Amino acid sequence: MLSIKNLKASVEGKEILKGLNLEVKAGEIHAIMGPNGSGKSTLASVLAGREDYEITEGEVSFDGKDLLDLSPEDRAREGLFLAFQYPVEIPGVSNINFLKTAVNEVRAYRNLAPLEGKEFLSTLKDRQKLLEFDASLANRSLNEGFSGGEKKRNEILQLAMLEPKLAILDETDSGLDIDALRIVSQGVNKLRSENNAFIVITHYQRLLEHIVPDYVHVLYKGKIVKSGTKELALELEEKGYDWLKESQAELA
Amino acid sequence: MNTQITSSLYDQCIATYNTEQKEGTLAAIRKQAFTSFQKNGFPSTKVEDWKYTNLKPFIQDNLQLVYGETSTALTKEIIESALIPGLDAYIVVLVNGQLQKTLSHQINEKGFTLLPILEATELPAFQQHFGKYTDVTKHHLTAVNTALFKDGLFVHLTKSQVVEKPIHIIHVSTAKTDFFTQPRYLYVVEENARLKVVETYITTTQVKAVVNQLTEVFVGKSANFQQYNIQTGDANAHFIQHTEVFQETTSVYNNYKFSMPGISFLRNNLHIALDGEHIESHMYGLYLSGGAQLVDNHTIVDHRKPNCQSNEHYKGVMQDASTGVFNGKIFVQEDAQKTNAFQQNNNLILGDKASVNSKPQLEIFADDVKCSHGSTIGQFNNEALFYLKTRGIGDEKAKTLLVQAFAFDVTDKIPDESIQDFVNGLIEEGLK
Repeated sequence: MLSIKNLKASVEGKEILKGLNLEVKAGEIHAIMGPNGSGKSTLASVLAGREDYEITEGEVSFDGKDLLDLSPEDRAREGLFLAFQYPVEIPGVSNINFLKTAVNEVRAYRNLAPLEGKEFLSTLKDRQKLLEFDASLANRSLNEGFSGGEKKRNEILQLAMLEPKLAILDETDSGLDIDALRIVSQGVNKLRSENNAFIVITHYQRLLEHIVPDYVHVLYKGKIVKSGTKELALELEEKGYDWLKESQAELA
Repeated sequence: MNTQITSSLYDQCIATYNTEQKEGTLAAIRKQAFTSFQKNGFPSTKVEDWKYTNLKPFIQDNLQLVYGETSTALTKEIIESALIPGLDAYIVVLVNGQLQKTLSHQINEKGFTLLPILEATELPAFQQHFGKYTDVTKHHLTAVNTALFKDGLFVHLTKSQVVEKPIHIIHVSTAKTDFFTQPRYLYVVEENARLKVVETYITTTQVKAVVNQLTEVFVGKSANFQQYNIQTGDANAHFIQHTEVFQETTSVYNNYKFSMPGISFLRNNLHIALDGEHIESHMYGLYLSGGAQLVDNHTIVDHRKPNCQSNEHYKGVMQDASTGVFNGKIFVQEDAQKTNAFQQNNNLILGDKASVNSKPQLEIFADDVKCSHGSTIGQFNNEALFYLKTRGIGDEKAKTLLVQAFAFDVTDKIPDESIQDFVNGLIEEGLK
């Protein structure tokens, strides 16, 4: 589904991703861990199409298409979704109007008829239930005055409404209390299927107890330096990153 | 003297005045205005009020002074296309200020009068209020209008009468040659009466239209007057609109002003005198400009008596190479203790060559008042734009959503849903 080959990206002349490789297939969940500043959020931003980054080398194909060639909106319409680490507050744009616009723009791209009134509302209600999302939030301005947990839940609600092929969760667990973490994770687990895939970026093993990954990768200095199964996350939790940093230093 | 004279249009105005009858109710008022115009002419940018807005390129010698209907046959279709969908209103059609009876609704409401302005000059309400609120010695264009107007309306609602349905006035500007018109309006809303007026505009010419409109408004004790002004048009349109409002004790006056791209030149003067206690005045404005358009809003709020409240919120979005001007003055006179005056002007600059001049001014002569004013100028929040795009929302739609969100503080204040939808539609249209 997603194939990243030798991806190099820099911001303001500083190279952050230094030749990253990753293969994600349908039905898989990949966790990406790594110390601060290793390039995790940069990877998420580059995949979503943020303009601040310059791609200097490498390629990314998404379902056979050259992802880097697409605008951010077309990436979303093709089925890529980024759950933001810091969702943006947009006063004056109603949450529900925003969701409806997004859903119907994506549907139009896929040659599907727009979801109107009742149909849209019943789908929304259904997904809100899945995430124990307070219905009154739907009528408020997008993320405005939402708590950290509400914002993250709103990200997953958008995910549930847009039904992407590949979802990237960028530190979705940060700022979540235990209950919110459980609800968000349950939501993701209900949404996963053999046709979609997830990339979960996190600092903590805790999230991976709820969303169990098929693969765990360690990103360090812009490269994936170690890959393994879920046991790798446990090992990292126990030992930290220093042993990996040291072995990297030895390699260098 | 800080003025300039554009000779032949000036001469044309002088000649037109000189050939007119100089008798009757209006004679003295017209004479005073004419003397003022003769002395001051048209304003140059050296006049403080016109510092950022150069009238000279628009007030040209080839303009013809025009009255009433001159050329184009207006069809029902043209008028229908100017209606606001879903708004149940009385329709009044004016061509260059002249009432078109066959295209307008007959309004049979108790205590309500709507007449061509020169047919109203002998009425007591006209004589009591006409020309009383406009200082023709101070404002150049009001002098021109007062000296030369022949068209326009007198609208009167007597004590305690309520007209539930809004009056939708469709202003049509049209002529065969580049032209200059002087429509004149007087609204008298008496004690306890309630009235709603919506004004929209059509320009149906291939020639340049310069419309110098003057409106006087009297809002009597405890009366409520809601005035909507939705300014749309094409590049031929050049509008100067001066509105003088006089409010009595416990009255409410709301002014909603929406200026859309298309019109080349727009100058709005809105002056409100709060001449009683416990008055409320609300001014909501949105100017969305595009192309090389110039949109200039000058407002004056004059608090003369205690315990009144004024609230002004104007928002501007400047695209392309357009220019916005906002100049808002609030006076709180010595007597006006316990005044609550609020003014806010926010601007969003979208065009690389767009600009805005924002000048809020407060002059307070009383000591126990609450006043605030603020002005901001900013650009698109790129983070918000990116966020919307990552949800599959295209560039154009994302920008529309963000501009509508920016305008929300103002558009949300429109109590009528069909007008709100209409304005949001114009915003979407205006961003294309």
